[in-house]
Amino acid sequence: MYPYLDKLEAQSIYIIREAYQRVTPLGMLWSIGKDSTALLWLIRKAFFGRVPFPLILLDTSMELDEVYAFRDKYVKEWDLDCINHMCPPEEEMDQTLPPDTRAAMRKAEGLKSLLDEHKFKGIFAGIRRDEQGLRAKERVFSPRSIDGSWDFKDQPPEFWDQYKTEFEEGTHLRMHPLLQWSELDIWRYTKKEGIPCCDLYFARKDAETGEMMRYRSLGEKNITKPVKSEASNIDEVITELESTKVSERSGRTMDQETEDSFERLRAAGYM
Amino acid sequence: MKKTKNLETLNIVIVGHVDHGKSTLIGRLLHDTDSLPEGKHEELKKICEDRGTEVLEWSFVLDAFQAERDQAVTIDTTQIRFATEARNYTLIDAPGHKQFLKNMISGASQADAAILVVDAQEGMLEQTCMHANLLSLLGIRQILVVINKIDLIDYDQKKFKTLSKQVTDYLTSIGLKVPHIVPVSARNGDMIATRSDNFSWHKKGTLLEVLDSFDVGASYSRLPLRFPIQDVYRHDEKRILVGRVETGSLSVGDKLVFSPSDETATIQTIEGWPEPKKPIKKAEAGECIGLTIDKSIFVERGELASHTKSLPMLTNVFRANIFWLSSTPLKVGNTYRIRYGTTEASMNVQSIDRVFDNENVEREGAETEVCRNEIAEITLRTKNHLAVDSFADNPRLGRMVIYEKYDIAGGGSILTEGYPDQRTLGKPKSTNITAVKALINPDMRAKQFEHKSGIFWLTGLSGSGKSTLAIAVEQALYERTMHTYVLDGDNVRYGLNSDLGFSPEDRAENIRRIGEVANLLKDSGLIVITSFISPYREDRQRARALAPESFHEIYVDADLETCENRDPKGLYKKARTGKIKDFTGIGSPYEPPEAPELVINTKDNNVEVCVKQIVDYIMNVVKT
Repeated sequence: MYPYLDKLEAQSIYIIREAYQRVTPLGMLWSIGKDSTALLWLIRKAFFGRVPFPLILLDTSMELDEVYAFRDKYVKEWDLDCINHMCPPEEEMDQTLPPDTRAAMRKAEGLKSLLDEHKFKGIFAGIRRDEQGLRAKERVFSPRSIDGSWDFKDQPPEFWDQYKTEFEEGTHLRMHPLLQWSELDIWRYTKKEGIPCCDLYFARKDAETGEMMRYRSLGEKNITKPVKSEASNIDEVITELESTKVSERSGRTMDQETEDSFERLRAAGYM
Repeated sequence: MKKTKNLETLNIVIVGHVDHGKSTLIGRLLHDTDSLPEGKHEELKKICEDRGTEVLEWSFVLDAFQAERDQAVTIDTTQIRFATEARNYTLIDAPGHKQFLKNMISGASQADAAILVVDAQEGMLEQTCMHANLLSLLGIRQILVVINKIDLIDYDQKKFKTLSKQVTDYLTSIGLKVPHIVPVSARNGDMIATRSDNFSWHKKGTLLEVLDSFDVGASYSRLPLRFPIQDVYRHDEKRILVGRVETGSLSVGDKLVFSPSDETATIQTIEGWPEPKKPIKKAEAGECIGLTIDKSIFVERGELASHTKSLPMLTNVFRANIFWLSSTPLKVGNTYRIRYGTTEASMNVQSIDRVFDNENVEREGAETEVCRNEIAEITLRTKNHLAVDSFADNPRLGRMVIYEKYDIAGGGSILTEGYPDQRTLGKPKSTNITAVKALINPDMRAKQFEHKSGIFWLTGLSGSGKSTLAIAVEQALYERTMHTYVLDGDNVRYGLNSDLGFSPEDRAENIRRIGEVANLLKDSGLIVITSFISPYREDRQRARALAPESFHEIYVDADLETCENRDPKGLYKKARTGKIKDFTGIGSPYEPPEAPELVINTKDNNVEVCVKQIVDYIMNVVKT
């Protein structure tokens, strides 16, 4: 149906296999959202149905109920090794950050403690270039120092599918097999492959206002809001996205808090 | 503009000299394809009014985009999407500033096509040339040249034609195809999406029409099969070889040859997940697959599978056109790691043959290093044989990335011209052969002849004095009643090797046969003196390997200038005028020995002195 998706798929599988061959131990961040679930699907494809490394949910205990339910269902159904890693509490975050950014920072800190505990050398993350200007600057294999910081002004060159996979001790890698995908690509691929996704993405009537709302992007319930939409199934979501000019992360409150919120999050190791 | 239903995306990189109008072109392109976010055009008008400029300054669009999307980050490549009626585009904006070559290469390496912007008034400047060279190195074959600011030369067709010819001449001189050239005024929007009355003379396409005619992602399915093994997965009883079909295609039942190991096997299945409804029978270039084979041969990451009829070349020495990104210069004698496909190897820089600085000027004199942002031609040597394809034959695998410790420090295209394929050399074609053991052994022969046997292998450039010395040395030994024989280049080529020419493969085969003959003569008890240029280390090494105890490499050393001045057979003159191709030292490489048993300097010593040195050496090693 969409031959261009085959190319995106092949590129992602190449990256996944390359990472698996060159970096150990590995883990994958599974936020249970549409992107990381598509990534999980690609990983199963790359390894002919298996997932040869653990998945990690960075848990703030603030995920939406449907998210936890979705996780439990597929951990069982797909026989997944999924680590539930608790993020440090908000009180421990940098108090100079605006409140919602501070809440989001828990994930960045949670990732640091995860790396400390499990000594992962490489972490898969389902981020995409088109989500946000800063993510557009990312490399496929993106090195981080021990504190997770990212020096976006001096990144290694990356070309011809040859990646920088060896590092000084203390460095870890973020690997981004979906970097080239767009939000629409993810939805078209999800439909094409029949990948399950959380119902929260589809519009339903808000109990209070009676308006049709859906989540464009899933995050913690304290800092993520649904947006107005009539799209109640995957085909309608695709149609909606084909014409929208509203940004994907518009429901993520921390992005809008201050001009440099996302940059501060990213510099500190946020996904 | 109506948007496309075609979901294919063409990636374009925009390059060109700083201030030739890239940003203006991008701004205008976004506007003319209705790709600006809502309200952006009005905002832009207002900015221009506030600043008191009459004409809209389209580059502000990009500035605003940058500021909005990137906040403080402006030095990396940026990707901007737009669409025409025909398809989607991603614009990769590579900053023109020459320090940012690294980012430009990261960006441009993903491009299917390039727009090279040239200022109509200024013409081609150094960055224009540098960027064009990089496009050629990166293998971007679809190039659209925009002659911008055409309004500033009053839409003059004659000037446009002159500049077009200059650009075409330059691009074709560096191996690029004749480009599409469009005269444009980005500021006024002439010839971007629409034609203009100012251009009644330009009958060919507008910028967007040319872009729409380009192909998305070249198809490599028609090239010979290259399937580099990325990994081997063991699933229960199955052993699955995974990787991406880089070029060509493969089918179940095909016989594969793995290089460099030279093992063969037949494809049994092509695996799929979720379980495909019908078994997969075939895979083409670009697909990431897994397959099983019929034999349990040892295959690992780095092996390159191909069909029997078109194999990659095996060699441990080749040349490369490279760009260098590291702040530490690349130096002759240094060791680096290279990767291409899934091959990884350690290489040594044998020589730096040409260097172009970052203003595209060739540096004079012998080069020992390549600095950041320079382009160079180098010769490199690896320890083991690698399976390589030249860039001209295989754009996917004929390019490599160079690592310095952990970092990507450079990259470039592989050139194999001038070096022989080592795959078939020296391997017996027949089976069922058994060597017969003789009753007379070397000690018995040495006793009878009163001297030991040996091979004295003279190597050096044409005109260095090999034959002169060989003949004189033999005469001196004969006078001492020694048993000798001279094998000389031209003599052998009249008979034994009359079927061979001077191609790299024929040269290698020539030397292989000489090595074998010399070894037989040595076994018969003789002192064998060979006189051949024998330019490749690999070939001499092979000859040495036949009789390591009795092989003596004698380097007849005279530099190219000296030999060319002597030119006893008039060959250099012919080579210089192009009458002889592949002439060693001119069109073909000479690799001096690394550790010869003896070096004879014929530049500073006369024949008598040189003959004495060799005779003394031989007398010493053959005495019983």
